[in-house]
Amino acid sequence: MDEPLVRVRGLVKRFPVKGGLLQRTVAHVDAVAGVDLDIPRGQTVGLVGESGCGKTTLGRMLVRLLEPTAGTIRFDGTDVTRLAGKDLLAFRRRAQIIFQDPFGSLDPRAQVGEQIAEGLQIHGIGDRDERRQRVGEMLELVGLKRDHAGRYPHEFSGGQRQRIGIARALILRPDFVVADEPVSALDVSVQAQVLNLLRDLQSELDLTVLFVAHNLSVVEHVADTVAVMYLGRIVEITDRDTLYRRPLHPYTEALLSAIPIPDPDRPRNRRILQGEIPSPLDPPAGCHFHPRCPIAEQGRCDVDRPELLPAPGVPTHLVACHLRTDRAATV
Amino acid sequence: MTDIEYNLESEEPELALEAEGLSVEPITQWDLFSARLRRHRLAMLSALFLALLVVLVLIAPLLPLHPPTERLLDESGRSLVNIAPRPGLWFGTDELGRDVLSRIIYGGRASLIVGLTAGILVALFGTLVGSLAGYYPGSVDQALMRFTDLWLGLPLLPVAIVVGRILPEIAFLPGWLKQGPFGIALLIGFLSWGSLARIVRAEFLSLREKEFVEAARAAGAPDRRIVFRHILPNAMSPIIVTTTLVVGSAIIIEAALSFLGFGVPPPTPTWGGMVSEGGRLAARGFWWELVFSGAALVATVLAINFFGDGLRDALDPTQTIERK
Repeated sequence: MDEPLVRVRGLVKRFPVKGGLLQRTVAHVDAVAGVDLDIPRGQTVGLVGESGCGKTTLGRMLVRLLEPTAGTIRFDGTDVTRLAGKDLLAFRRRAQIIFQDPFGSLDPRAQVGEQIAEGLQIHGIGDRDERRQRVGEMLELVGLKRDHAGRYPHEFSGGQRQRIGIARALILRPDFVVADEPVSALDVSVQAQVLNLLRDLQSELDLTVLFVAHNLSVVEHVADTVAVMYLGRIVEITDRDTLYRRPLHPYTEALLSAIPIPDPDRPRNRRILQGEIPSPLDPPAGCHFHPRCPIAEQGRCDVDRPELLPAPGVPTHLVACHLRTDRAATV
Repeated sequence: MTDIEYNLESEEPELALEAEGLSVEPITQWDLFSARLRRHRLAMLSALFLALLVVLVLIAPLLPLHPPTERLLDESGRSLVNIAPRPGLWFGTDELGRDVLSRIIYGGRASLIVGLTAGILVALFGTLVGSLAGYYPGSVDQALMRFTDLWLGLPLLPVAIVVGRILPEIAFLPGWLKQGPFGIALLIGFLSWGSLARIVRAEFLSLREKEFVEAARAAGAPDRRIVFRHILPNAMSPIIVTTTLVVGSAIIIEAALSFLGFGVPPPTPTWGGMVSEGGRLAARGFWWELVFSGAALVATVLAINFFGDGLRDALDPTQTIERK
């Protein structure tokens, strides 16, 4: 396949930290500190990491809800980081977002039909009746009923609201959707329904998806490729099966070992990480993960920052770890 | 729950009802709004009272009343001063022999004009300043809020007294502004928008971060649409409540100014002026002017506040339409 639909290079988002009486900028936080990422057409890339690692910030930049500080986002061949006016509007029609919070993401004062139709209205698609028709079809597509359009968000359950959020994102027939932790606020039984819905819609509408989650077991069901993020950087990225079978980064290993296994007899080999995620205000020198890493080498991991490099022999498996890339090299 | 609640479970409620020979009309937002408002008994009572008051005040010249400034005389030509309430003069007369009932009805004009004009002014100006400050953080916000702080720092009554004294001296101002209720209403309005501006700004600051606002932005909605379709409707409750409080307090401030002798100049009747005059008379045992004008003032202010409460609840779609 040619160029991926979304190609991110060197993306940085720096937030000022204000403090003191006069609210002066006292420091900066790099919530996203230089990310390269390709999202191939028609595929789902899972983006996993702890809270605060920058995954949501990255997702919001990709749909231009946040302006990147540096770097480029090429979308279908054009750089969208500097778009404005009509061009930005045209981009928005093709790139949509599904939010995490099923309660905060719907306007409590507007009927759900109006909210779903808003995109059509903004882009001047169809007349009133056509829009009503499309909203009805979309509601059915996400597993709700046509006549739900006249109701208000508070009349729905969390899972239903999330379906409404999905309908709103998909009404414009986007090519690319960022799903920002779309199921983490839902009950486990409802999570499965919404995940299945997303997966079905993805293949039916030929969507390209960035699926953000803090939980590897959720991503396993939907993603073709999985990227693991730690403190603003991607530390490992490869296809799903490789990541789950042969993770290379010690952080990925720890995340995988945290997935509960529903089998009491199977011995569990949990690797519990020591310490907290470091403050992104003052990230550790060298490899950001070294203070919590079980295999870190003194004099190396705490000095040099590892690049995201292909694991030798597996060019599609990128990992940012000195020890894992070299050891593979020497083997 | 009432009959208007939907049944979420049943598959095709309309078909089921139609099968039973019942027709189903779609319920519009307006139906729900008015149903919720009508269920709010105190608000409806207040609305009725206010409507009656407005009508009375408007048709006052057509009513069989003595003119509010006429000094009444009896058959033998003696003036009817400080007459206690009696048939024909239901609210009595004041120390100049004027009909208190007539003065209360005509005085209601001044009070309502002041309350409504000041309320509208505050609602518009406070919302405008507050929304701009809340939607454009940074220098716009800083400038507008420091200006608001300055304005809020002005002590209302003293400034109103001083400005009220200066206004009539300014030659180029039209007469309706120099004297009478409009000038006072504008003055009170311009001195009272600060607190609403702050409240609206705080609402905007919290609402603009909501995901539904981001969703609208992601769909490509321009700022105007985001503000008018998504943020303002969600900020309506505090705006309505604050505005009704301002209407009530403007009526009271006008009364206070008239009480102190800086309001609408006599002989035009105002409730505040009557309370002031009635207070002096009550000390001499002539209680009626104070009691009736005070009751009119209190009842009107309370009714406006109750109506505002009902309006806020009715505008909130998450409220059920149960009877309050």
